[in-house]
Amino acid sequence: MIKTIASANLPVDETLAIKKRRIQPSGKTKGMKRISIVTGIHGDELEGQYVCFEVARRIEEHMDQLNGIVDIYPAMNPLGIDSITRGIPAFDLDMNRLFPGNIDGNMTEYLAAEIIKDVSGSDLVVDIHASNIYLTEIPQIRINELHEETLVPFAEAANVDFVWVHGASTVLESTFAYSLNATGTPCLVVEMGVGMRITKAYGEQMTDGIFNLMKKLGIWKGKTPRVRKPIISRNPDDVSYLNASVGGLFIQKVNHWEKLKKGDLIGQIIDPLSGKVLDEVVAPVDGILFTIREYPIVDEGSLVGRLLCKEY
Amino acid sequence: MKKKIIYEIKGLYRDNFRVTGYEFGKGKKSLCIVGTMRGNEVQQLYCCSQLIKKFKQLEADGRIAPNHKVLIIPSCNPYSINIQKRFWPIDNTDINRMFPGYDLGETTQRIADGVFKEIMDYQYGIQFTSFYMPGEFVPHIRMMEEGYSTVEDALKFELPYVIKRAVRPYDTATLNYNWQVWETQAFSFYTTTTTRIDRGAAGQAVLSIMKFLSALGIVKYQHGVSKKQSIVLRDTEMTSVRTAKSGLFESLVKVGDDVKEGTPLANIVHPYDGEIMETLYAPVDAKVFFMHTDPLTYANTAVFKLV
Repeated sequence: MIKTIASANLPVDETLAIKKRRIQPSGKTKGMKRISIVTGIHGDELEGQYVCFEVARRIEEHMDQLNGIVDIYPAMNPLGIDSITRGIPAFDLDMNRLFPGNIDGNMTEYLAAEIIKDVSGSDLVVDIHASNIYLTEIPQIRINELHEETLVPFAEAANVDFVWVHGASTVLESTFAYSLNATGTPCLVVEMGVGMRITKAYGEQMTDGIFNLMKKLGIWKGKTPRVRKPIISRNPDDVSYLNASVGGLFIQKVNHWEKLKKGDLIGQIIDPLSGKVLDEVVAPVDGILFTIREYPIVDEGSLVGRLLCKEY
Repeated sequence: MKKKIIYEIKGLYRDNFRVTGYEFGKGKKSLCIVGTMRGNEVQQLYCCSQLIKKFKQLEADGRIAPNHKVLIIPSCNPYSINIQKRFWPIDNTDINRMFPGYDLGETTQRIADGVFKEIMDYQYGIQFTSFYMPGEFVPHIRMMEEGYSTVEDALKFELPYVIKRAVRPYDTATLNYNWQVWETQAFSFYTTTTTRIDRGAAGQAVLSIMKFLSALGIVKYQHGVSKKQSIVLRDTEMTSVRTAKSGLFESLVKVGDDVKEGTPLANIVHPYDGEIMETLYAPVDAKVFFMHTDPLTYANTAVFKLV
């Protein structure tokens, strides 16, 4: 069943509609649990698109194993996805800074409020992001420390490589996940892959994780693959940020998710005009590279990677 | 006058990115004025250019009081202005969501940090800023409630309005908020326009800041007119007039107009057949404080704010 959860008429001959698909067993569903798979809040992040497709495909192959409600929201920002725009086009606003929205507000606030109304009450929400067009991320779940107790047990079952429990930030209070978690609907934020691309292997990994979560919630009765045990980081000192010391072209020298020793070369920043190497990015500590620069042009300060320095 | 580079980073194929400041007077850090943070804030840039011109005259005439230093930074973001992009060229981040900044962080965090280190200990701070929606305003000072800045000082600008508003989560990363955390009395100065130059409004901004500084004894400035009293309001006290339809926006009034209850304010016109789909009327006797200026509008948009 496909349903429009929010819509707005645009100025010239077009209606913006945010849609969801509900998959549920035939017959009564009262008392059954509900999981919501959400993606596309940022229009340039596409990794979740494949997960939405794959979750639905696998369920449909074994509908008899479904014992709950699965809501799939593939495009919270449809204008953004269809125009390769991260924010909401025309408004130049980051949709993930508009929640919980305002039902009486302008179009963007209204859409945000309708989204929250529809998703609220789920037993679990998985909000799938894909970093941005600049960085590739290993599949990970990010959790605000305020909601750690509720969310870490779910995150451990989600088949990700890494769970990052980070500090609270006032600015993040206007995110979709914060708005849900603060009002009692648990929401996991997944970051994986890179913007504007589909990394099929990560999509498969996340789909396995969602089935495992569904099993944990009693929504799925079928077999699920064994999930990986993630590294969990709660200490801010576990994460070391690597920022470009100079503008240039970043050339990667190691693989993503590689274990590195202090001093190992991660990449070079080069100047194609002069032919010079402007800087060498080296590991400042022993660690595992969970974020790596994808878009090669860097300014001074651009993030080129993150190392997880925790024991693993 | 002393022209100095506040912050600089090297570009790959572009010229270096520079934030340039103009310093007038000597001694105590009394006032810092910051212009554009976003690439479309042309009026804000123009206002600062007119202020720099005025301060050159004041300094030459010895009209800046002893032991007062004024710093004007006309633009924190020339890279974006030069390519006519609102936010940072590479990653589309907003410098005015990066304060107080971080010297080891990402590019716009570093810019915010580099600028903030230079301006954080001024007694007064004025930022020419813009609204996220395309529109024009009656000039006003906007300030956060429960901040370090006082209404008493805001009145010294003698602008028509002083608007107070509650702090929202995103404010915590703005220049205005962080200035106040570091005990600078900070004011956001809203002139009429953003993307086009309004010379009259820029002149009004210069005069207003002269009145403010004159009242504080920082400059000697005789304007020969009697003191004007600003109206102080909370933003929640304004009346919003919202569209019910999306379409072409055809305004029937101007910003600053006094309108009677029932006055037609704008038509929303069908983009194909020209039929008027909706006429917006003033719900009360009021002044048009804000007006949407984009030729297109969406449904549920507050296209007018009336006071």
